[in-house]
Amino acid sequence: MSETRSTSTRTVPRWAAAPEWMTAGLLVAVFGVSAVFVPRFLDAAYLFDRSSLYMEAGLMALGMTFVIVGGHIDLSCASMLALVGTVVATLHVKVGWPLLPLVFLAPLLGAMLGGINGIVVARLGLPSLVVTLATMALYRGLAQVLLGDHSLNLPSWFTGIERVTIAGTLVPVPMVLFLGMAVALGWVLHQTVFGTWLFAMGTNAEAAQYSGVPVERVTMSVFVISGVLSAMAAIIMISRLGVARYDHALGLELDVITAVVLGGVSIFGGRGTVAGTVLALFLIAVLQTGMGVANVKAEYQATASGALLILAVLMSNFSAKLRTWTQMR
Amino acid sequence: MSERIRLAQMRELPTLGLWVVICVVTGVAQPKFFSASVFHSILLWMPLLLVVAMGEMMVILTRGVDVSVGSMMGLAGMVVGIALRDHPGIGIYWATVLGMAVGAALGAVNGVLVAYGNVPAIVATLGTLGAYRGLVHIISRGVQVDEYNLPRELGRWSIDGPFGQTLVPWVVIFAVAAAVVTGLFLRFTRTGRDIYAVGGNREAARLRGIGVSRVTFLVYVLSGLGSGLAGVLYASRFGTINPAAIGSGFELIAISAVVVGGVSVFGGSGTVGGVVVGCVLLGTISTALTVLNVAEAWQGTMYGVVILVAVILDKWMGEELQLT
Repeated sequence: MSETRSTSTRTVPRWAAAPEWMTAGLLVAVFGVSAVFVPRFLDAAYLFDRSSLYMEAGLMALGMTFVIVGGHIDLSCASMLALVGTVVATLHVKVGWPLLPLVFLAPLLGAMLGGINGIVVARLGLPSLVVTLATMALYRGLAQVLLGDHSLNLPSWFTGIERVTIAGTLVPVPMVLFLGMAVALGWVLHQTVFGTWLFAMGTNAEAAQYSGVPVERVTMSVFVISGVLSAMAAIIMISRLGVARYDHALGLELDVITAVVLGGVSIFGGRGTVAGTVLALFLIAVLQTGMGVANVKAEYQATASGALLILAVLMSNFSAKLRTWTQMR
Repeated sequence: MSERIRLAQMRELPTLGLWVVICVVTGVAQPKFFSASVFHSILLWMPLLLVVAMGEMMVILTRGVDVSVGSMMGLAGMVVGIALRDHPGIGIYWATVLGMAVGAALGAVNGVLVAYGNVPAIVATLGTLGAYRGLVHIISRGVQVDEYNLPRELGRWSIDGPFGQTLVPWVVIFAVAAAVVTGLFLRFTRTGRDIYAVGGNREAARLRGIGVSRVTFLVYVLSGLGSGLAGVLYASRFGTINPAAIGSGFELIAISAVVVGGVSVFGGSGTVGGVVVGCVLLGTISTALTVLNVAEAWQGTMYGVVILVAVILDKWMGEELQLT
């Protein structure tokens, strides 16, 4: 795998060889196929309405982009979502705290949960796969302890955030939030020193350490970022569904990782862009929406998404091989 | 001194200690814990996990991971269920072979992707996790196979044991046999040693003349094989095969058992004995919570804490070892 990563592309400009182009191409292709073959697909209101369902996964995918670029993985993001959602709902409904301040405190709770992941990974040097596997069970378990099998209803003024649109347009608020965060985090990842450190750490943590990158602090930060974004996704989800339950977003971490990898972020760390993740998220949204309109059952769609992920990686491997082969000639 | 190093090298030791602590605490709080019926329920809890964990362990030994085990178990179990429902004549033995063959074939797809397609293990198996689960719904048309569709003898495997006793049912014997075979395979065959070598240092293994791709491919096939067998055992144990339920989320329990059992996620190190202890530990905790009347809600939290404690203990013992 290291052979494919070290491929330099002198004949083609660097940006043109980026896997993000394949994601973009697939997005256009899937959109085109859906538009031609699926009647009623090209209804802007419907498209916006459907894609707002994916913004929770999208926010978490932005955080996961940071984590994976840094050479780690965060399996606990969906559990953090569930725990933040249940804590916020419990404090409001059972303890009686006002909801609005809680909404703004939620990211802080997310930062704490992510911080726990970060401390264990960075300080104790344990593999993130194992640590977040444990906190994935732990955080969702705590949510279950808090609520059991019950669901807490939230007040009606708070629910339905996905139906609120920016005045005069069809763009729903969650999408604005997602795109806003994408721009902000894209700037952090690609324009700041922190971003440079992150890429260095993801490429080779030891070398980065010797080059003066504060590896421990950067590692902590990526998990905190992931926690904060999961908390934001939690608020959107409990508003959209109107209830908080411990099993919200069960298994969503896999969809999140799928989106990130599909967007061209290397699972080994050190390579990836926020733009790729955003493209991949819309690709998944359009694909599943298209299949939904075409009456493909939700369970079957999992097959298509899974196949898509593998296909994307195989194609990028193949195109990398092809490039090295043409260079050798 | 060398005695001390040898003890510290036994990575399953912390887990074993944790297990003893849990047993003693539970036993003190509720003396009924040390009874044949509790022993029986711990035993019955384990077989599915044990056979899946054996395959998962070999994958993790090569520094990979297989998150599709739950879906492979689901697909193989569903194929077996449908075969037994629509063609009862094939009998439960051929059905078991069918289940294992389906599992191995699904594992082979993972193996080709990882070993020959250069797809990272977590990505490939994440993809097939979704793909295989979707296939379970497609082949079953969303309909579950019910208990009356399955031959009665299949269910008896989870009730009767050898020599007419009922304390240790056949499914447990099968799982233990699978663990013993895996242990012997890893310890005494050349391919088994190659699995450790590939996980320990891939490049060195290649230079040493080991067919790295072949070994990598093989462990995914074996993981599929174990998952396929688990699908059959699931049908025996639970009777109904629901497309959404069978094996769902099982990958996490399996990986937990392997990691708790002291197998390094960096590959190359870990023993079958450790993984067995890991499975026993998870099964004991699950049963202990029921015996202690702790709400089932605490189960997830307990798993999380146990995994964390186990890996931190393991890490700490490893550092002790380096100091000596």
